Amino acid sequence: MSSTFDTVAKIIAETCDIPIETITPESHAINDLGIDSLDFLDIAFAIDKAFGIKLPLEQWTQEVNDGKATTEQYFVMNNLCARIDELIAAKGA
Amino acid sequence: MRLEYFQLLDRIVELDIANRTIRTEATVPLESTIFQGHFPGYPLMPGVLLLETMAQTSGWLIIALTKFERMPFLAAFKEAKLRTFVPPGTTLSASAKLEHEGSGFAVAQAEIRVDGKVTSDCEITFRVVNFPAPDLKTYMQKEAERLQFPMGAIANG
Repeated sequence: MSSTFDTVAKIIAETCDIPIETITPESHAINDLGIDSLDFLDIAFAIDKAFGIKLPLEQWTQEVNDGKATTEQYFVMNNLCARIDELIAAKGA
Repeated sequence: MRLEYFQLLDRIVELDIANRTIRTEATVPLESTIFQGHFPGYPLMPGVLLLETMAQTSGWLIIALTKFERMPFLAAFKEAKLRTFVPPGTTLSASAKLEHEGSGFAVAQAEIRVDGKVTSDCEITFRVVNFPAPDLKTYMQKEAERLQFPMGAIANG
């Protein structure tokens, strides 16, 4: 069974045509991988489907815009995967 | 259908909230200034307006599912196929099914049939936001009346 990181990295690589070996747990999806907001909708769609969750993108964006969170908290790969794991756990609770 | 006003639909004929589907109808007008350029002597409904027909059909489904609280804006078409020519006077039956309702976005699968045969189909992604202007919400509510939007389906959905 592949890890959350492996699954998300594969989704990003296939959706955005990014070499998978360039995606690391420390990669920032926006700053390092150059993923724009439209491409991230495709990624969110694929993540939602793959894990049976609903990434709260609107809430995250609002928090970043309001200065209550940084993009690193949500869009650095290891943080993104941790959020996904939390959503998966909450679903099963 | 009034092409110049971007009113691509004539009526909403089916809305199924539980199954997240919708069907609309529209007849391509016999005359329009658009046909003067597309194309002289061989008028055809432009493909981009067939895509817009599918987008508007899908959009009304999203408006219904969000109970007129949110507005979908077109973000992406995928796998768009325009399979046959559509001349003036053709009656289109467009339908859409919501594939996914994400956080601030939605994905629908849409198609147009003519005489039962699929003539266009695509996957459409929308950004879904709160109405950014009161006038827009008022306009959409007025448009809903023109399209015979089945308000009862929302109340019962």
